[in-house]
Amino acid sequence: MNISPLASSAANQVPASGSVPNPKIGIRSLNFYYGKFHALHDINMSIPEKQVTAFIGPSGCGKSTLLRTINRIYGLYPEQRATGEVFLDGENILSPGQDLNLLRAKVGMVFQKPTPFPMSVYENIAFGVRLYERVPRAQMDERVEWALRKAALWDEVKDKLHQGGTRLSGGQQQRLCIARAVAVRPEVLLLDEPASALDPISTLKVEELIAELKTDYTIVIVTHNMQQAARVSDYTAFMYLGDLIEFAETSTLFTNPAKKQTEDYITGRYG
Amino acid sequence: MTAQSRRYLFRRGLNLFNLGMSLLTTIFGLFWLAWLLWTLVSHGLQALNVDLFVQDTPPPGAEGGMANAMIGSLLLTLVGVVVGTPVGILAGTWLAEYGRANHLASVIRFINDILLSAPSIVIGVFVYAVIVAPLGHFSGWAGGLSLAIIMLPVVLRTTEDMMRLVPDQMREAAAALGAPRWKVTVYIVHRASLAGMLTGVILGIARISGETAPLLFTALNNQFRTTDMAQPMANLPVMIFQFAMSPYESWQHLAWAAALIITAAILILSITARLLLSAKTSSE
Repeated sequence: MNISPLASSAANQVPASGSVPNPKIGIRSLNFYYGKFHALHDINMSIPEKQVTAFIGPSGCGKSTLLRTINRIYGLYPEQRATGEVFLDGENILSPGQDLNLLRAKVGMVFQKPTPFPMSVYENIAFGVRLYERVPRAQMDERVEWALRKAALWDEVKDKLHQGGTRLSGGQQQRLCIARAVAVRPEVLLLDEPASALDPISTLKVEELIAELKTDYTIVIVTHNMQQAARVSDYTAFMYLGDLIEFAETSTLFTNPAKKQTEDYITGRYG
Repeated sequence: MTAQSRRYLFRRGLNLFNLGMSLLTTIFGLFWLAWLLWTLVSHGLQALNVDLFVQDTPPPGAEGGMANAMIGSLLLTLVGVVVGTPVGILAGTWLAEYGRANHLASVIRFINDILLSAPSIVIGVFVYAVIVAPLGHFSGWAGGLSLAIIMLPVVLRTTEDMMRLVPDQMREAAAALGAPRWKVTVYIVHRASLAGMLTGVILGIARISGETAPLLFTALNNQFRTTDMAQPMANLPVMIFQFAMSPYESWQHLAWAAALIITAAILILSITARLLLSAKTSSE
């Protein structure tokens, strides 16, 4: 498998993948299996740098599965495997030689359910930072504050930094998880339905946050909420039953979809 | 309307009946426990005095204490805990984190379950055969080892169960930050299941501190005070066994006092552990 530079991986022969400026991630002939179940069929697409890309589609269409290949988190489960290529800055991260810990330090992820670690708010954030950096205490204080401000959580928790992270409300816990992911300064941020367990106000905060974060990070978000995709993303991919049906700029996909399936889905005819 | 209200009355009656039965069975269960504790306290309290903690076990018919048995019990339990806990925690961790879909792991799990329910006398005979008989004498080491073997499966099982209760999302979240697997295990999963694992260790201590059968074959007993683990060693359970069945009243009193002391020690241990844990979890 020759390491093709991104330029060529972005030369899209597949119409569904569209063409994007400054591709950060290139996905080529990606197939994914849960044991014998073939969950993703031959996915090809490019994800642009410092933009928000949304994956939408009905439950079970493979959007989370696709997201989970980008940091290879599926590798925790031996029965799951992927074939094909996923390029990050031109390097195939699916190659067996890829160091998974370094990859995941570069590609952060926030999950559907808030997962604060069983430690204080401060330690929740410091844990990830300490994995790859030796940071003196004073600088760590600054870094924690910076991350919490980025996640729009600082004002709410600045007096409870040394209380347990699990004692925050659900919305705060999720923003803590975002802060934790941001704190290690990844290049890519994967968000797996980050607002699905949140109330409308927390959802709004998370969406504002995404808009702000995209100046520094490449963001990929999975959502089952089409309005959310329309609100926050620059590019949208519509998936159905393990196939990538259509990938285009969000404004195009929602106003002038090329495929009938996409149109049916966004107008609510199935899903 | 009437059919409905009859149904409603029936359900209410059923509910009352079930609640009543639950209450009665609870009282039934607690009754025996209360009786046991009452007997223990009423017999044990009158035998309690300072001499118990200072003097050694007396010859038949004489007055004395049980300092030698207390020291022995502490040492034997300590050896059991020091050997059994790390092995149990490491093995339980391996099963929970690396032995999910592993054939070897299911074999180990099965064997551990057998060990968990093995009669302790069998373990005593085993240690007798492999250590006591070849060396030719009873010893504290053999006693501690047999207690470790009894403790091991308890700790192993609770460690695995408690670690499995930690949701996979937590592991994913830590791995997604780039944490290597051992850090995920030690800093996140162990931390999240610490309370449960500690409970397992305490359950193990409670279990071994009252074991008699394996000690009869291994540490046996010693009339004198010793901290030499290579010698036969006095201990509370064997002392109770020997003294309670004896015809001498002073020995019988000592046995009651020893029974009370063991029970109280386990109770205090559990309560302290719980207090420590609740203090720790509320600060998190």
